[in-house]
This record gives sequence, C-alpha cells and structure tokens, in this order.
Amino acid sequence: MLHTLPSTLALSLAGGAVIGLAGSLLLVLVGRVAGISGIVGGVLRPRAGDVGWRLWFVAGLILGGLALRSVDASLLGADVTRSPITLLIAGLLVGVGTRLGSGCTSGHGVCGISRFSVRSIVATCVFLAVGMLTASLVSVWTRP
Amino acid sequence: MSTYNSAVVGLGAGLAGFVFALGLGIAGMTNPDNVLAFLDLTGAWKPGLALVMVGAIGVHAVGWRLARSLRNPVLGGRFVLPTRTGIDGALLAGAAIFGVGWGLAGYCPGPAIVDVASGSSSTLIFVAAMLVGGALTDRLVAPLFRRTSRPTSSDDPISTKGVLE
Repeated sequence: MLHTLPSTLALSLAGGAVIGLAGSLLLVLVGRVAGISGIVGGVLRPRAGDVGWRLWFVAGLILGGLALRSVDASLLGADVTRSPITLLIAGLLVGVGTRLGSGCTSGHGVCGISRFSVRSIVATCVFLAVGMLTASLVSVWTRP
Repeated sequence: MSTYNSAVVGLGAGLAGFVFALGLGIAGMTNPDNVLAFLDLTGAWKPGLALVMVGAIGVHAVGWRLARSLRNPVLGGRFVLPTRTGIDGALLAGAAIFGVGWGLAGYCPGPAIVDVASGSSSTLIFVAAMLVGGALTDRLVAPLFRRTSRPTSSDDPISTKGVLE
C-alpha cells in the first residue's frame, strides 16, 4: 500500500497538513519560521547563539528521512533518474536562487503565503511557473 | 539563554524537523519523480502537490494565528519573524533561478535534505552543490545589498533576509 501513497490525493492533503503542523510547532515552540533554505543558510553563515536550533532542526529532518526509509525505502528518491551533471547544476541553481530570493517552497510557499505575505505569494508564483516551464521543456526535449 | 533552555529549544526544533520530514514523506515529496510529475505539464499530470500546499497552508495559517496570540515562544526566547516587504529584483531573480533548478531535478531544499538519509550519491551531489551555491550567494551577493539597501527594521537586513524565510 505504501508504494501507492504519493498517488493518493487524500494523502497529499494529509502530508501537507503534517508539514503545516511541523511549521506551526517550530513557530509556536521556538519562535522561528520553518523556511528550510533560510535555516540551512544560517548554519553556513553562523552567528553566535543562532546555530544550535538550526542544527537540531536539520538533524530532525534527516532522522525523519531515516524513519521513512525504514518504513519503505521507495519513499525516498534514491533512484533519481537525472544525470550527475544535471543534479550538480540543479543543486547550484537551487542554492543560489533560494538565497537570492530569500526562501524556497517551505519559507515562501507555506509559511509566507499562510501569513499573506505579498513577497512570498509573488515568489511562489514565479518559482512554480518557472519550475513548470523547465520541467515541461526538459520532458519534451528528452522524449524519445 | 541557559544551557537548559538551549537544549529544550533544540529538542523543539528537532521535533519540528522530524515531523516536517514525515509530512514530506506522506505527501510523496521526498521522491523527486512525484514532484516532476506535478511540474511537468506535458505528461500524465499529477495534481497532488497542489493539495500538499493547500493542506500545509491551511494548518500553518492556524499556527500563525496561534503564534500571534503569544507574547513569547512556548520554549522561551523571542519571536524572530520576517519584516521585509516589497518586491525587488533579488526576490524575482532568485525565485526564477530556484524554479529552473527545481524543474531540472525535482528537488527543493527540504526534500533534498530529508533524502540525505537515502545515502544515494545523486542526492548527496545535489545537496553539496546546493550548499556551495547558497554559501557563494551569501558571500558575493549579500554584501552588494548591504551597501545599497536600507534596513527596514533594527535588524541587519541581510541576516533578516537569511534567517527568516
């Protein structure tokens, strides 16, 4: 059953709700916004007294990944079909873009939109549109 | 902040990260193929990811209202929340560059870090490149903004930008 998890729309909604719960936990308990790119960025650009909670959060993410893997390894993207050079370029672009644009899917797309930030709504529309355009073009070009 | 408080805050943050990863997994976002099936409009389109965002935004909107009613975070310290408003070139260019990378690999930062647990070399290459790209941007681009932009609050605008979103 777990193999069909992602194809079930109800589980998409439920998974989203759990993501929203996690963001709420960080906000209410720790007083921080759950933007992953920003949390990780603050580790790479450390300020005194502002690193510990970030490392704990990232450790929680990876521990959660290990838990998912122990339930069903196919939940994780271990068999990504992209070439290493594509992944390298994509990683660089995601790193540059999320720092320049002050956020990613979590910070802008979830946390920002849910507090009606105009910046976040605009950013989310832009990266969704460009992401769809890119994925669609790649799909057309690489189709046999 | 005392050592005890730091540890409690750390556990709170760790719990949030753990639950976040489970949510991404349940939603199917930790597998980039599912993300690409949503972003790619030319094939058998899967609308699931839109529902992930609906669920996440709905619940987080409640969390946000709850947080607004509190004077301080439950585990101590103070709220550190985004202060910047207004649309600028960095926001638009950054979002567009991120969109290209997202559409190429199907990975955004959260799922990529969760997938480190897979130990797959593909994921590790992506995450390493993402960290390098982010660090270079902070070093090379952030100083330009520090010179040309005025703070919108008492906080350093660059660290505000980096920390909060």
